[in-house]
Amino acid sequence: MRTPAFILTLSLVGAVLYFAFRHVGNDYLFFAGYTVLQYIVMATAWNILGGYCGYVNFGSAAFFAIGVYSSVCLHTIGERVDDLFPDFLLAPMHLIFPLPLPVLVVVAGAVAGLVGLGMGYLTLRLRGIFFAIATLALAVVLETFVANWSFVGGSRGAYVAPPTEVPFFGPYIQFLFVLMLVLVVAALTTARLIERSRLGVGFATIRDDELSAEASGVPTLRLKLIATVVSGALFGMAGAPFPYYIGYVEPSSAFNLSYSVNAIAMSMIGGTTTWAGPMIGALLLSTLQQVFTVTISSAVNLLITGLLLIAFVILAPKGIVGLWQSWTSKAKGPNS
Amino acid sequence: MTQPILHIDQLGKRFGGFVALDGVELSVPQGQRLGLIGPNGSGKSTLVNCICGTLQNESGSVTFDGKKVDGMPAHKRTRLGLARSFQLPRPFRSMTVAENIRVPLLYTVNARPGSHLAHAELDDRCMELLGLVTLQDKASKYTTDLTQVEMRKLELARAMAAEPKLLIADESMAGLSHSEVEDIVALLIRMNARGITIIMIEHIMSAVMTFSQRLVVLVNGKKIADGNPQDVIQDKDVVGAYLGT
Repeated sequence: MRTPAFILTLSLVGAVLYFAFRHVGNDYLFFAGYTVLQYIVMATAWNILGGYCGYVNFGSAAFFAIGVYSSVCLHTIGERVDDLFPDFLLAPMHLIFPLPLPVLVVVAGAVAGLVGLGMGYLTLRLRGIFFAIATLALAVVLETFVANWSFVGGSRGAYVAPPTEVPFFGPYIQFLFVLMLVLVVAALTTARLIERSRLGVGFATIRDDELSAEASGVPTLRLKLIATVVSGALFGMAGAPFPYYIGYVEPSSAFNLSYSVNAIAMSMIGGTTTWAGPMIGALLLSTLQQVFTVTISSAVNLLITGLLLIAFVILAPKGIVGLWQSWTSKAKGPNS
Repeated sequence: MTQPILHIDQLGKRFGGFVALDGVELSVPQGQRLGLIGPNGSGKSTLVNCICGTLQNESGSVTFDGKKVDGMPAHKRTRLGLARSFQLPRPFRSMTVAENIRVPLLYTVNARPGSHLAHAELDDRCMELLGLVTLQDKASKYTTDLTQVEMRKLELARAMAAEPKLLIADESMAGLSHSEVEDIVALLIRMNARGITIIMIEHIMSAVMTFSQRLVVLVNGKKIADGNPQDVIQDKDVVGAYLGT
């Protein structure tokens, strides 16, 4: 399937989903669906660095939080234009602020991408477990920074009041849901494009053997930096609408380790070598979590993640996609 | 006389207090088949790594094809035409044999200005290279299905795919049977006949003697002999280094 057809198909599926939810008429579906979609973006983002290049980023929650807090920051600026700017700038600033949410998403992507670039320069010399620890440490540093930055609420947290209604969509959550659908399409398309390009081949060589990759002419450092930037940017974009979704954010929830763990678990469960893997993993795991949150308790979420992850690591290390591939190749016969 | 393809001047490298290379001098003219020998730990692989950019030399300099390459990352040196095979084969394990060959085609040949291979050309080139090392039947196999000797051949084919001017074969015959060794030596000589300068690092003396037009001996990070293979193996210092004096 060519890329435009792929985008069209995804958009159609998204549109069907949206109108089906609307038809049911229960806003809770949008609330739950938003979380599932958000995890599809996050798992896909994690997989670009973790799955394609083999660099396990344990601090990915930090990139999500960068997205969250870039929105909080711009939102706060919008609310306090009169205090922050000198008189002669007030008129233009009132025209600019408050920024529409899609713009916030783009800004968040840019900021998180830049931080990704910086983090890449600092940590990409490390491999394996050392890289994972370094990224985790970076997340702690950023969390401490945000917790002490009173402009965005510090450790008290920040309230972000979303508008209740928007034109066409009606309730604001429906608008957020559609925005997240767009991000899902963007993320999956990006991942698929990478996979089928020269870049994807280069990423795979980094995962397999970095020395061989260099000896074959692959500029490994540059490619790894591209991966951290793209991965970070997608995380940031997934985080940008979050304050409007939840209404109140504080550092320990935005930087929560469970985001990182879930993004890793979803990619692993789905399968890390194709774009479809993280999507399948996120759909499965996140939907299960939503169901258990309602039926049992929200505390059971991470337990589910952990149990499923253990089961998959032992029984199907290549994830659902890997299982599927081995089934289909067996069906075709031993010679194929 | 034309300039040498590779010129190494006073090359030095240490690991902490251990001196791995100590003022190594070497000049390799275009088209030569050079054998490099030395006991274990004498610095052969370190020398290769410093030439190819896997490690960076601390003193002295490496000039390749008229360009100083000190400090240059490995992938840029590969693009200049300096290819290597690894002592232990390091294939890309998630890829098929043909896909392994595609990597240098995509990242080295296609990265050079003025050359771009289209899809069909890439496939043709892959098969041609695999034909050179008689691996064409294994093109769609994964590297885990290959035997040791096939893995070594793949390693050489992948190095060849980068269209090198100089190929460094780092112990590409270790652990192979007698006939397999002859196979690889013949392969290297065929490659040399195409105009590629080759440096072969090897312990198997029969292979070294068949292959080399010139022999260099490295002991404790120093070059102790350099010249005609027949003369070099009778050199007093060389015999001493291998057998003890």
